[in-house]
Amino acid sequence: MTGEQVSKGSDDMMIDEYEQKQGSVVPEGFNSHYLKVYYGKLFPYADIFKWMSYGNDGKHPACDQSYFSRREFSFTLDNDVYLRFQSFNSASELESSVKEKCPVKIDIGPVYSVDPSKRHAYAQSGDNVFTPVERELIFDIDMSDYDDVRYCCSGADVCLECWPLMTIAIKVIDTALRDDFGFSHILWVYSGRRGVHCWVCDGKARRLTNEQRAAIADYFRVYKGNENSQKKVSFTGHALHPFLSRAYTGVLTEFFKKLLLSQKIFSTEERYEKILDMIPDPDQSITSELRGRWQEKRQTSSSKEDINVVRWEQLKTMLQSGKPKVQGLRRCVEEIVFSFTYPRLDMEVSKHMNHLLKAPFCVHPKTGRVCVPIDPNHCEDFDPTAVPTLSTLLEQLNIGGLRAEGDNEWDRTALGQSIRFFRSSFLQPLLKSCKEEMESSYTARLQQSKNSFNW
Amino acid sequence: MQAVRSQRKSFVKEVVPTLPLYRSAPALEVRLEEFELFALDRLRVLKGISDGLSRGKKHDEMQKLAIELWKTNMRHPQASEDVNKDIISHFVLRLVYCRTEDLRKWFLSMETALFRYRFMNEQPEPQRALMEEFDLPYKAVGGSELESVLDKLVQVSRSLGAQSQPTANDIFFKVPFEEVPELVASRRVFISKGHAYIARNQVVSLVATQFRSLLSKALILTNRKWTTTIAEQEKDRLTPIVEALSSSYLGPDYSEPKEFGQISLKDIDDAAKSSFPLCMRHVFEKLREDHHLKHGGRMQLGLFLKGVGLKLDDALAFWKAEFSQKVGVERFDKEYSYGIRHNYGREGKRTDYTPYSCQKIISSTPGVGDHHGCPYRYFSEENLRAALGKMGVTGRAVGDVMDKVKNKHYQLACTLTFEAIHGSSCDAGINHPNQYFKDSQTIIKSKNQSAA
Ligand code: SF4
Ligand SMILES: [Zn+2]
Repeated sequence: MTGEQVSKGSDDMMIDEYEQKQGSVVPEGFNSHYLKVYYGKLFPYADIFKWMSYGNDGKHPACDQSYFSRREFSFTLDNDVYLRFQSFNSASELESSVKEKCPVKIDIGPVYSVDPSKRHAYAQSGDNVFTPVERELIFDIDMSDYDDVRYCCSGADVCLECWPLMTIAIKVIDTALRDDFGFSHILWVYSGRRGVHCWVCDGKARRLTNEQRAAIADYFRVYKGNENSQKKVSFTGHALHPFLSRAYTGVLTEFFKKLLLSQKIFSTEERYEKILDMIPDPDQSITSELRGRWQEKRQTSSSKEDINVVRWEQLKTMLQSGKPKVQGLRRCVEEIVFSFTYPRLDMEVSKHMNHLLKAPFCVHPKTGRVCVPIDPNHCEDFDPTAVPTLSTLLEQLNIGGLRAEGDNEWDRTALGQSIRFFRSSFLQPLLKSCKEEMESSYTARLQQSKNSFNW
Repeated sequence: MQAVRSQRKSFVKEVVPTLPLYRSAPALEVRLEEFELFALDRLRVLKGISDGLSRGKKHDEMQKLAIELWKTNMRHPQASEDVNKDIISHFVLRLVYCRTEDLRKWFLSMETALFRYRFMNEQPEPQRALMEEFDLPYKAVGGSELESVLDKLVQVSRSLGAQSQPTANDIFFKVPFEEVPELVASRRVFISKGHAYIARNQVVSLVATQFRSLLSKALILTNRKWTTTIAEQEKDRLTPIVEALSSSYLGPDYSEPKEFGQISLKDIDDAAKSSFPLCMRHVFEKLREDHHLKHGGRMQLGLFLKGVGLKLDDALAFWKAEFSQKVGVERFDKEYSYGIRHNYGREGKRTDYTPYSCQKIISSTPGVGDHHGCPYRYFSEENLRAALGKMGVTGRAVGDVMDKVKNKHYQLACTLTFEAIHGSSCDAGINHPNQYFKDSQTIIKSKNQSAA
């Protein structure tokens, strides 16, 4: 989405001399000096404040003025010092603290019952006074959880071959959050390196209990076994649950076809053996037949068609043939597709209110990339390698030369587009509905107190 | 609640639903012996359910077990008094279990489980009556609305492997998904725009959630009342009984090492190898390795060692030997020795701190750099396998332990580990790290004796 503006291609060569002297050469990288400039000129404090206030910063009598100050922020500093339970009364307090401490990472926690920085003062006065009361429903999807199904890179690396796995996750989860759970204020954010974060901000999402959060996370989970056991998808019923079947036909099968080619899922013996392993074929007759064909195929691979596609079609035909020996294996095709494509969530992050999650618009210290929002409606166009980086942003600031009037420095950089998107498609609709919610709960309360007065 | 009231109210004429919701305290006279006896009987039921669950019994086994337990313990010689016994015992236990977060949590989940099994055991008629009693604002979905989602409902039912599928004549209820978390979690319902469509036979989930939230609120209130008025007012009558009742289940708290009395500094390392459960071995080893432990780890290990019989002076020496290597003697004396004395009740409130139970340890949430908590719960599979290997668990036993872990039965995993290491069974299961230690020492001593 923001790719074109950012890429430092030939366009940069055209810049005239004057601008070049202004210092468009900002070396790639991440350091506290860059970060200072970023926090000084670009970080959207006011937007974060507006968002985290959920309308409580207004004048309405139903506003809870303490709301923002009960939110936990935590800072990771340059020297690995970790400051938890920071809290602020206003956008400017947040701003001056961030500028002063220059954290390499800002995390956002829950809203607590009392100001988290004063929690000790309340600790004496009985049990459970200091407790989380509201928290966005959050999801964290990390590419390193997909290492067994991607062959292009592993661990912390991502490339355009494997990024579609994230695209799938966004599509599947976003649709379900809206259509199934009825949420509408959903923010997707690039994590800066190898994954995506999701913030569900509807009032009713923020007030979910841990048990309800866990239920939603489990609804999304198809893998059995825990993080380190062999991940396994297993469907036993006569059909897929409507949510899964929508994901399957609407997203997974299409992407599987692409991954089949880009990840070359059947290309070597080691790879196809992994898939044959997923077929619970008691007498091994099917798997050995397929294996036989594929081993032969190596000698006579004259076919024009891609070998991965050919083998996948063979496997499908075999399992879906309806012959008696494949009875009970029908689900297997689906299981394989799910194994290679279906989103893998970090369950713990979603289950507990007090989990911290990195704030949008932070800069990832390893990549220098800004954690920009992703438009779920166009997530297939998102290119993680083309998001604004700290150094390109500074370059753009420099190029801009003398500042135009107005205070939005970011308007002159590639960050502008991200912030505009954040406002128009997330923040404004969110604040509008916060206001409505506030209004209606206020009227309801008035009504109620009137009624009880009549009594 | 008002435990004893003088007016006697008859239940005979009212239409009593078979399951009481315990909305208000019993308005009837209770004799003190009954007060206690009824409560003990109910406790047997709850305890039985708790044991069954922690042994990983399946749902239908649990259902049978719970109903059995109920029949054996809760039948009153006079059938008409059954309901009263039910209500009285529940309210007494509320008093007993309202007083700490841990107690409330246990009581809440056991009572909810019990309610669920009893509800399932009812006929449709009383079930319906109960739903009405709850005053659930949900209308049954029928007609064209039902028809418009029928294919989805059929799909859900098929995905669950059901034999027969819903038809347009069936009754479904449309409820906010938040109210049926367990049905959502297992994808047993169709969800659309925030609403779950639940079938007749799933109503139990809804009702149980309601029951739970009512009881949860009530317990907080009871606690407040208890601390502000009841405990004082009843200090000569009910309070002692309530106090005795709470310890009657909680069992030994292991704060005073009884049987083995003492452990000396030089034996600690051997004891750690032979008799510490994994949670304690891990913090212990980390302490030896890093010469430091964060607060959670210090509490978990410190209180455990106290329970094992390490004297205060030895404890100070023990912690000092480690910490001073990292922070120096001076800082240790200034910052850390207080906490250790505190654990032994020598500083601060001078109360004796009790060693943590498994439940407490399992439910703790270790953060970055923490080493406390139950390893069966928070170790990665790889780490856990390695740790088990180090403890001497091998072969099939490892798989069995991992199996329990996968099903979240951490205490059972710990029990199997215990059994594998000691080569003898542990029927009571592991409920407390100090119990693990004690049982282990008993076995080792008897082995030594028979060897001698
Ligand atoms: S089950 Fe209990 S004793 Fe065993 S490791 Fe966990 S907390 Fe420790
Ligand atoms: Zn890649």
